[in-house]
Amino acid sequence: MMNWNLYSRGDKFFAIVVSILIGMFTAATLYPFIYIAAVSFSSGFAATAGKVVLTPIDATLEAYKYILAEPMFWLSYRNTFIYTIGGTLMSLAFIIPGAYALSRPQLKGRRFFNLFIAFTMWFNAGLIPFFLNMRDLGLLDSMFGIIIAFAVNAFNIILLRNFFEAIPQSFEEAARMDGANDFQVLWKVYVPLSKPAIATITLFCIVSRWNGFFWAMVLLKSEEKIPLQVFLRHTIANLSDTDEFALNVLDAAYSAETVTAAIIVCSIIPVLIVYPFIQKYFEKGILLGGVKE
Amino acid sequence: MVEEHTTATGLPIEEAVIEAKEAQRHQVKNDRWTRLLDHFRREWQIYAMLLPTIVWFVVFLYKPMYGLQIAFKDYSIFRGVANSPWVGFEHFETLFSNDQFLRAVSNTIKISALNLLFGFPAPIILALMFNEILNATYKRAAQTIVYLPHFISSVIIAGIVITAFSPTAGIVNTVIGWFGLDPVYFLTQPEWFRPIFVGTGIWQEAGFGSIVFLAAIAGVSPSLYESAVVDGANRWQMMWKITIPSILPTILIMLIIRIGNIMEVSFELIILLYQPATYETADVVNTWVYRQGLQSGQYDLAAAAGLFNAVVAFALVMTANSLSRRYSRTSLW
Repeated sequence: MMNWNLYSRGDKFFAIVVSILIGMFTAATLYPFIYIAAVSFSSGFAATAGKVVLTPIDATLEAYKYILAEPMFWLSYRNTFIYTIGGTLMSLAFIIPGAYALSRPQLKGRRFFNLFIAFTMWFNAGLIPFFLNMRDLGLLDSMFGIIIAFAVNAFNIILLRNFFEAIPQSFEEAARMDGANDFQVLWKVYVPLSKPAIATITLFCIVSRWNGFFWAMVLLKSEEKIPLQVFLRHTIANLSDTDEFALNVLDAAYSAETVTAAIIVCSIIPVLIVYPFIQKYFEKGILLGGVKE
Repeated sequence: MVEEHTTATGLPIEEAVIEAKEAQRHQVKNDRWTRLLDHFRREWQIYAMLLPTIVWFVVFLYKPMYGLQIAFKDYSIFRGVANSPWVGFEHFETLFSNDQFLRAVSNTIKISALNLLFGFPAPIILALMFNEILNATYKRAAQTIVYLPHFISSVIIAGIVITAFSPTAGIVNTVIGWFGLDPVYFLTQPEWFRPIFVGTGIWQEAGFGSIVFLAAIAGVSPSLYESAVVDGANRWQMMWKITIPSILPTILIMLIIRIGNIMEVSFELIILLYQPATYETADVVNTWVYRQGLQSGQYDLAAAAGLFNAVVAFALVMTANSLSRRYSRTSLW
């Protein structure tokens, strides 16, 4: 039905205009990243004077040298890896068995439990009670607190439960005949059959952990526990109003702008590395999560 | 034939039946307990799997709901949630006579309205345009790029915005300079905050948001287009007469979700972008709650503001869903 050769002259014109518009939007999406990369490789003087447009001016690695020599950068990078890996494993440990149980027709109170979980998507106690609860639990300034408190969310459980429910019962019958219990059925039948859904959830968890900022900023007080995003925020906030940078603008090989840009590049790279894997799954994943209680 | 045994044997049999039923009921009652016990003995594993998740929801999401009572209390850290004295609606009275809070409510609604007006159509238009692209490679490459910003953290997004809009170094002012205009310090000017915030939102989410609509378009029956081709329709007409009407239910559902989320402005990005100079247009309920509660320690007042926000949001979601159920027979749950 979409065949270039069958297109009328008007259709061809329309298709070309649309292609150009898409190209423009794509370029506009990509441009800020190119701009930031260009700034990060430019000299501090050129960046501060606003000379960078598309490519690095007076190309230099000074901004990267500055940031890579900063011990806090490495520490926060390590912390982000801990939060991402620990948090994702924690999430899966809760979500997979929980979703399996909720998908079982013989579970008593199944309607109640489903509502109990879905309700939290529509009503949220808010920032203050959540914060006070974390304090009462003794989880302020705790790495474990960050990992456990954001391990589960209703959306991911419902997504996986929907997927489990769609698997025909006949798949587990053979395993049941061999005397498998629920743990074995889950592990040997459901998990292997649900690889796409579990991959989707894993990637959602990884991305949200990697990007997590607000609660890490609020809950963590010790500098040695903060993740990369909080370090990035501190650096951007400090750089824009410290004199250290303002003083030697003229001969600076790096500036607030180039250092900020260099940290941004460093923290985007891991996202770009996992992105092709994410893309393979998220398109399906979103549709899978069709929210129903 | 059916009536035969009732007329012939009459009462005795009826009595016997009643007795039997009575006995059966007793039996059933006893059976229910043994069956329930049997059930748990047989199926304990699925309850064991569910338990951690339920405990997690109680500890991290439902316990804070219990803690919401401080919105009606004079909360003191030393007395704790349960032992602080009740004050009724005092905090709500304070809130509704507080200009900053009222301004935050109004800003929340205004920013959401702008998001709805410009941010909602963007992914639909994008999906319709993607649908017109014939070259699969070009389409794939463009999609890969426009989905990407969704996965970038708000700290980085804010860092990019701050750098790009910087008065001396930023590309935006560089371009303005080409036209001989004076540089503008955008992020300190209240009138620029909302356009920048909403524009950033479109840049970050329009591409990713188009996925849902592209899936809906993919579900449209090809035979509709085939018969339109036979009738001599062009692509533009097909888009308006076939594609858009076919994805209307999806558009409606997404619109309902958006309306239900009017109170949920992405405040994380606002915290990263606003400053005292722009509070008058940028401060929303959640950022106000953050400053009053987590920065100034007025927990009870801030919790009351949060509760107000949550109740309005809940009412909006429920209303939107029931409207959708009534008018389109499609509902979220």
